[in-house]
Amino acid sequence: MKNKTRILIAKPGLDGHDRGAKFIARALRDAGFEVIYTGIRQTPEQIVTSALQEDVDFLGMSILSGAHNVLFKKVMELLREKEMDDIIVFAGGVIPEDDIPNLKNMGIKAVFTPGTTSKKVIDFINKNK
Amino acid sequence: MSNKYKDFKKVLEKTLNRFPERKEKFLTGSSEEVKRLYTPQDTENIDYEEEIGYPGVYPYTRGVYPTMHRGRLWTMRQYAGFGDAEESNKRYKYLLEQGQTGLSIAFDLCTQIGLDSDNPMSVGEVGKVGVAIDSLADMETLFAGIPLDKVSTSMTINAPAAILLAMYVAVAEKQNVDKSKLKGTIQNDILKEYMARGTYIFPPEPSMKLITDTFEYCSQNIPKWNTISVSGYHIREAGSTAVQEIAFTIADAIAYVKAAIDSGLDIDDFAPRISFFFNAHNDLLEEISKFRAARKLWAKIIKERFDAKNPKSMMLRFHTQTGGSTLTAQQPDNNIVRVAIQTLAAVLGGTQSLHTNSRDEALALPSEDSVRIALRTQQIVAHESGVANSIDPLAGSYMIEKMTKDISEKAMDYIDKIDSLGGMITAIEKGYPQRQIQQSAYKYQKQIENDERIIVGVNKFTSEEELNKNLLKVDEAVENKQKNKLKNLKNKRDNEKVEKSLDNLTIAVKNSENLIPYFLDAVKSYATIGEICDVLRDEYGEYQEELVL
Repeated sequence: MKNKTRILIAKPGLDGHDRGAKFIARALRDAGFEVIYTGIRQTPEQIVTSALQEDVDFLGMSILSGAHNVLFKKVMELLREKEMDDIIVFAGGVIPEDDIPNLKNMGIKAVFTPGTTSKKVIDFINKNK
Repeated sequence: MSNKYKDFKKVLEKTLNRFPERKEKFLTGSSEEVKRLYTPQDTENIDYEEEIGYPGVYPYTRGVYPTMHRGRLWTMRQYAGFGDAEESNKRYKYLLEQGQTGLSIAFDLCTQIGLDSDNPMSVGEVGKVGVAIDSLADMETLFAGIPLDKVSTSMTINAPAAILLAMYVAVAEKQNVDKSKLKGTIQNDILKEYMARGTYIFPPEPSMKLITDTFEYCSQNIPKWNTISVSGYHIREAGSTAVQEIAFTIADAIAYVKAAIDSGLDIDDFAPRISFFFNAHNDLLEEISKFRAARKLWAKIIKERFDAKNPKSMMLRFHTQTGGSTLTAQQPDNNIVRVAIQTLAAVLGGTQSLHTNSRDEALALPSEDSVRIALRTQQIVAHESGVANSIDPLAGSYMIEKMTKDISEKAMDYIDKIDSLGGMITAIEKGYPQRQIQQSAYKYQKQIENDERIIVGVNKFTSEEELNKNLLKVDEAVENKQKNKLKNLKNKRDNEKVEKSLDNLTIAVKNSENLIPYFLDAVKSYATIGEICDVLRDEYGEYQEELVL
C-alpha cells in the first residue's frame, strides 16, 4: 500500500511556458506529496503512459497556448479508454472562464486560473485524496 | 559628517522612534534591498566620464545615439499574429493604419518548432499563439500589400529562424525589392530557448552553426538586417531577477560572439548587427538602472574582451516588451496602468523599440480594442509626458547611478560564474541558469502568497468581478483550413523540384556549408517548413530538455 499521494504534473502541447507548472510541482513537493514532472511538449499519449507507469493518484496539466480544449479532451479520452479514470485530474493555465464548464464536463475536477495560490491547490488535493 | 547631515540624523531618529517605517526592509521587484536615502556618498566612487559619460559615446551608459529620442522616437512595434496568414495580414494593416511604425510577427508554436500544420504534434496548436506558416505561399499572403522596402519587420522565430528569413527574402524578391534594402530582425536566439522559452529543435552545436550562417550571409547580403535579438525577455518571464535577466542575456551573447569568431568571422563584421530584447517590469527605477547597466556592460565586454574596433559593435541596441507575467487576470483594466509604468521604464531606459502588452493578455490573445489602448499608451508617453525630450534625464540621480553600478557588478559576477563553468552552453547543459531562474521565480511567488508582496487585485484590493467577455478566440477551423491549404499546395507544386532542393540541402548539411542559399532554394520551390526541418532533424538530431526541478 502506498503511503504518499502521488501527483503527475504535465505540460501537454507545444508551449514552453513552464513557470507555473514548475512552481506548482515544487510547492506540492514542499507540501509533502510525491511529485513527478514530465517536462514540456508532451503528447496526450505520453502523459497517460507516464501516469500509468508512475501509478499516480492525481494528474495536473498546464497549458498557456490556448490548446486546452483539444488536448485536455484527448487526455481524458485516453484515461477512460485505459480505465484509468480513477485518477483525479486538475488543470491550470491561461484558460478563459467560459471554457471551464466544458472542461469540467470532460471530467476535469478543478481548473485553476492565473492568480491561484498553491495553498488552494494543496487544499484541493487534501480534500480529494 | 556635515552639520546638515547631523541635523537629518537627529530628526530621523526622533521620527523613527515615534513613527516606525511601514516595513523593516524595502525591496525592489527583484528583491534587492533599497536604502532609505541615497546621497552623494553613494556615487562618490563613480567616475562620470568613464562610467556614465555621454550618449553616443563609449561606454554608452546614457544611450547609444547622440540625440536619442529627440532625433527619432523609438519604433512602436506591437507583436501580433494569430490564425492564418489572411487574418494576420489584416491585423498588420490595421496596426500600420493606427500609426504603428514597424511590424512584429508572432508565429504559432508549430511553425516555431518546425512542424507543419498537419503534423500529429500540431493538433490543437495551429494558429493559436501566432500565425501558422507552412510554406512560402503563407508568407506571401502574410505580407500581401505591405511593401517590404517600406517597413521594418521583426520575427519572433528561433530554431528555424534561417528558414523564415529565407522566406522573407523570397517574398521580397517577388515584390521586386532588393534584399539589400530589407530592414528587420530575426530573434534567432536559441540559448534562451533551452533556458527559458522552450521552442528549441536541434542540439546546441548545430543550432549555433545555423546562427553563425545567418551572421555570415546577412553581413554579405542583407547588411541592414539584425541577425539576432539576444533575449532576456523570456528569462525574466520565466521568473528571473533583473540582474539575472541581463547577466544571462549577455552571457548568451558572448557565446554567439565566440561561435562566430570560431567560425572565422571578424568581430566588427557581425557585432554591429547584434541586437537585444529586454523586459520592462513595474519597479520603475530598478528597470531604468538595469537598461543603463546592460548598455555599459556590453560595450566594455565587446571592446575589452573581443577587441572590437568599430563603435557600432559596442552599442547595445534593444527592443523592449512590457512584462507579460506582471499582468493580472483579476481586474484586467488595472493592467493598462502597469503597462504605462513599464513604458516609462523602457523609454527612460533608452529603448530603440517597444511593444506594450494589452490589458487582457493574462486571459487570452488581445482584442483589437485592447491593442489600440496599448499602442496609445506609447503615443501618450511619446508626445505628452515630456520624458522623451531630454536624453537619459534620470542620470545623476544618486539612486539611479548607484543602482546602475550595483546591477552591473552583480551581473558581472554571474557572467564570471558562467565563464568558470565553461561558457553558457555548458552552463545550460548543467542546468545552472535554469536552476537560478527557478529559485527566483519560486521565491517571488512565495512572497505574493505570503502577502510580503502586494499585487493589486490579486492578494489585496480584490473585488467581485464579472465574467470577462469580448475575449479574442482563435477559430478552431483554422487548423483544418491550414491542412487543406497544405494538401492543395503539395498537389500543385513541382514535387520533383522540391525533392531536388531537399537533397541539395542534405548534401550541404553533410558538407557543413553555409545553409542559407539552400534554404532559399527550398522555400522557393515551396518546400514546407516541416520538410526542411525534417532534413535537419535527420542530420542533427533533436535536443532533449534538461529537467530541473
